[in-house]
Amino acid sequence: MKSETFINSYCHIKNNSVLLNGTEVYKGEKEASFSGFIKSAYKSLDTNYSKFFKMDNLSKLAFLGADVLLKHENVDQEKEEDIALVFSNNASSLDTDRKYQKSIEDDDNFYPSPAVFVYTLPNICLGEISIKHKLYSENSFFIFENFNPEYLHAYSTGLIQENKAEKVLCGWVNIDKEDYTAFLYLISKEQGLAPHTIKEVKSIF
Amino acid sequence: MTKIYLSHNNIISSYGFSSTDAVEKIKNGISGLELVNDKSLMPEPFYSSLVNKKSLSEESKALNLGEKYTTLEKMMLLSLSKVISDSNFVITERTGLIISTTKGNIDALDIRSPHNEEKAYLSKLGKSIQDFFGFLKEPLILSNACVSGVLATSIAKRLIKQDLFDDVFIVSGDLVTKFIVSGFNSFQALSSEPCKPFSKNRTGINIGEVIASVLVTKKSTNLAEEAVIIMGDGTANDANHISGPSRTGEGLVRSVNSALKEASITAAEVDYISAHGTATIFNDEMEAIAFNRLNMNKIPLNSLKGYFGHTLGASGLLETIIGMHSMHQNTLFTSLGFDEMGVSKPVNIIEESIEKNVTIFLKTASGFGGCNTAAIFKKVKH
Repeated sequence: MKSETFINSYCHIKNNSVLLNGTEVYKGEKEASFSGFIKSAYKSLDTNYSKFFKMDNLSKLAFLGADVLLKHENVDQEKEEDIALVFSNNASSLDTDRKYQKSIEDDDNFYPSPAVFVYTLPNICLGEISIKHKLYSENSFFIFENFNPEYLHAYSTGLIQENKAEKVLCGWVNIDKEDYTAFLYLISKEQGLAPHTIKEVKSIF
Repeated sequence: MTKIYLSHNNIISSYGFSSTDAVEKIKNGISGLELVNDKSLMPEPFYSSLVNKKSLSEESKALNLGEKYTTLEKMMLLSLSKVISDSNFVITERTGLIISTTKGNIDALDIRSPHNEEKAYLSKLGKSIQDFFGFLKEPLILSNACVSGVLATSIAKRLIKQDLFDDVFIVSGDLVTKFIVSGFNSFQALSSEPCKPFSKNRTGINIGEVIASVLVTKKSTNLAEEAVIIMGDGTANDANHISGPSRTGEGLVRSVNSALKEASITAAEVDYISAHGTATIFNDEMEAIAFNRLNMNKIPLNSLKGYFGHTLGASGLLETIIGMHSMHQNTLFTSLGFDEMGVSKPVNIIEESIEKNVTIFLKTASGFGGCNTAAIFKKVKH
């Protein structure tokens, strides 16, 4: 018999605000740029992780969303919890790709940097989250035209049913020029806020 | 339990336009790497394996592609069209498509590109492929660094098990671009010679260009001769570093254990390991440590990077397909470039092609972001 899964908690970062289970936990200045906003959110939310400042924008966005949610869930890195990461977006790592491209476009002004190049892969943010929370778990990064709850639902439910993970942190983290959105939700077999259905995920997106 | 197969397949590489073109040369120990002198890619000459673009135009003539497609799209369309026609397949709403790539049409960002910058969005690449063949469902584009190609087979299997699809086509590939070459060069990881995985005399990696495609299906009819069953697979993060592998091989060990557990076999039942073997000291050393921790150090092992270089988003699938042919021919291929042992723990490198009855093989890959994927494949008995 296939066991049911539930949504345990969720987090949004959009419009210069951070929300946990639909409740605002940080509100930034309306006019702030993404980099200004995310830095103030980091400080206000007591993130306390100096590696944050070397991350690219996509990683900062994904990391902060995951950190707020996993702290709320009392995820303890000593316990090495089995939480898979299944993330998706539209713009892949284009925000950093464009920055890197600038550094190699002109042969007379050629300055490629490994510290930038490494972030030209969208799954690097999964690595950043895994390092912080000591997650030795399944991870995959998908690109869709738009948020695709059907695929995320099938894949994340499968990971739990096939015993590849106890919990799955799923969602959408996109940054493209000044547009950004993060929506992350944690699912498991434990009773939660709502049943894990495509309809529920769509309604809280 | 439903068996899921990897069946018809294609490889477009410097060797030619089919899997057989590549396998025949590999069997004879012939490398597909050559010195490339192209200043638009790199100021100095470098070793790489590139698809012959003139032959590509010839080969893809029948598809009538025209100028709107990028080079990567043309290669992906050609490769996938061969697999679809070999499998005599009709696409329905139960047919999925996975595209495995790290950078897609990243060359469209270059001001000198004839294509619009919009082409650099991976979803545009997905749409091109989807529309050309008339896939009814949106493709899943997987961009998970260097494990993407093998992880794609695992994802295809899992989605079929979830009853989302009956069949999934995977197409994987990355171009050798200035973007990628300059990036790896900035890490000082590029070799100026053909790479030498697991060798003491290693000089770093080569980047290569390949498109690899496969049909993943639950139907046991009309399978390719070299078809395999995917018995188990797993992915695990090192939780250690974003650009360097774990010194203990933690993620690789966990991913292999996850695959073994699902396959319900012991490490000793694996006949052959197709390793990642990029020919950097950090990678090769990590793998040697992991295979020792797994008690797999006596199992014959090779890296195929000496034939193709590192083909990024395609590498895991490319090497899985070569493994399928190797198993079908009961021949283990030389780990090209290896001479003297260059890792601190013993591993059983295949120094010369040998005939051996192979029933089960393990494919592993590791990549940036700390990810590791393992998959175990079993020969289909006819």
